[in-house]
Amino acid sequence: MEQINLINLKGVCFGYPQRPDLLSDLDFTLNFQERVGIIGPNGCGKTTLLYIIMGLIKPRRGEVEIFGKTRREEGDFKEVRKKIGFLFQNSDDQLFCPSVKEEVAFGPLNFGVNKEMVQKIVADTLARVGLSGFEPRTPYSLSGGEKRRLALATIFAMNPEVLLLDEPTIGLDEETVIRIKEILKSPGLSYIIVSQNRLFLKELTDIQYTINNGKIKRIE
Amino acid sequence: MKEFELRSGRLIDPRVSIIYTLIFSIIIALSSNMLVAVVGLISSIILTILIAINIAMILRRLLIVNIFILILWLILPFSTPGPIIFSIGGLKASMSGVSYALLISLKSNAIVITAISLLSSGGIFNLVRALSDLRIPDKLIYIFFLFYRYTYVLFSEYETIKQGLKIRGFEPKTSFHTYRTYGYVLGALLLKGYERSEKIHRAMLCRGFEGKYRLLDHFRIGPNDLIAIFMMALNIIILLLLQWNRLI
Repeated sequence: MEQINLINLKGVCFGYPQRPDLLSDLDFTLNFQERVGIIGPNGCGKTTLLYIIMGLIKPRRGEVEIFGKTRREEGDFKEVRKKIGFLFQNSDDQLFCPSVKEEVAFGPLNFGVNKEMVQKIVADTLARVGLSGFEPRTPYSLSGGEKRRLALATIFAMNPEVLLLDEPTIGLDEETVIRIKEILKSPGLSYIIVSQNRLFLKELTDIQYTINNGKIKRIE
Repeated sequence: MKEFELRSGRLIDPRVSIIYTLIFSIIIALSSNMLVAVVGLISSIILTILIAINIAMILRRLLIVNIFILILWLILPFSTPGPIIFSIGGLKASMSGVSYALLISLKSNAIVITAISLLSSGGIFNLVRALSDLRIPDKLIYIFFLFYRYTYVLFSEYETIKQGLKIRGFEPKTSFHTYRTYGYVLGALLLKGYERSEKIHRAMLCRGFEGKYRLLDHFRIGPNDLIAIFMMALNIIILLLLQWNRLI
């Protein structure tokens, strides 16, 4: 747990076919209990960077080291996905179960948590994001804000050591944003937030980066 | 959607419903005995009344099925050889044709009524769970569930695109422009669907999906189910006896 270096990317290159490289020779580090924000124009590779960390796409070159181990193959990322919670930009892409309860239970069940424990985890996480009593509802009938909070709950249910949040506030009303801020302010979290909202990042992160021409730069 | 959620409560164990619907449908579909078809239809109507689900909804769905059956009525009596009972213009309707059309109408309505009242009354998640409990291969269950789940999503995507067309003054006409536009819409839907499926797959991987759906709740047979099983078994026995001419 007490690893200082959680995520370490060295010389990562990635590009989509027939387009200039999105990330070229990029170095990035996330330390324990560090709260990092990434800002940058649309299509600069912010989401791609998160995908590479999760092993959802593979870099063309470079080294991905997470929790002290080099990750290359699909199998290497199993542990990564268990310990890093990833909030997608669009909650509709993330929610696929028939009920709120099963949505939250999906991750823990996959990781072999026993059923009584899962029931408790579901109740606790839903309470944490303010969705108690939503268990039997269908995720796609929820409002935008409720969906985002449910998506957060599905991640918290796996008790992650690191959070990757891709535009967590986009399209949400003020009240929901405040709620999400409160959840993120709980002590001890390490996370990377990708956002276009400078103020939001200032408030919730210690270090801010920007990606430009495939390189990541710290904003002073 | 509200209605959908309310219906998620169950009356009969969905596993029982699935098995009964299957056996019932096979017996009715394979039988060419008019009496079996009549008793089958009556039993399906009784079942619907006992379950007391939304009758209006059932009638609406039956209407769609019976439009197809109406077409059969227009063709079968005049195309099946046999003793002639009446003729319209030069067309002669045969007795065997009429009885054949009647048999098909009875059989299909019996099966459809049973399937609607038993399978669509429990909600999709109960059905998925029941299929999994019945040891149906997981892959088939995902295909079934994801198909159901994303039909809505694709449809709403289509509605959005259609509105986009409307606000830009698009009016469908019989013209090349219209056909091309529909081609584009179809293409966009296909791409969006593909992209969406990729994203969902990623989301599932992120939460540790390894190709197996693990379920939280399982069903237990309750007293209601026992009564239902008894009545369903009785009905099936009656139908089988009628089929083999042992009852009357």
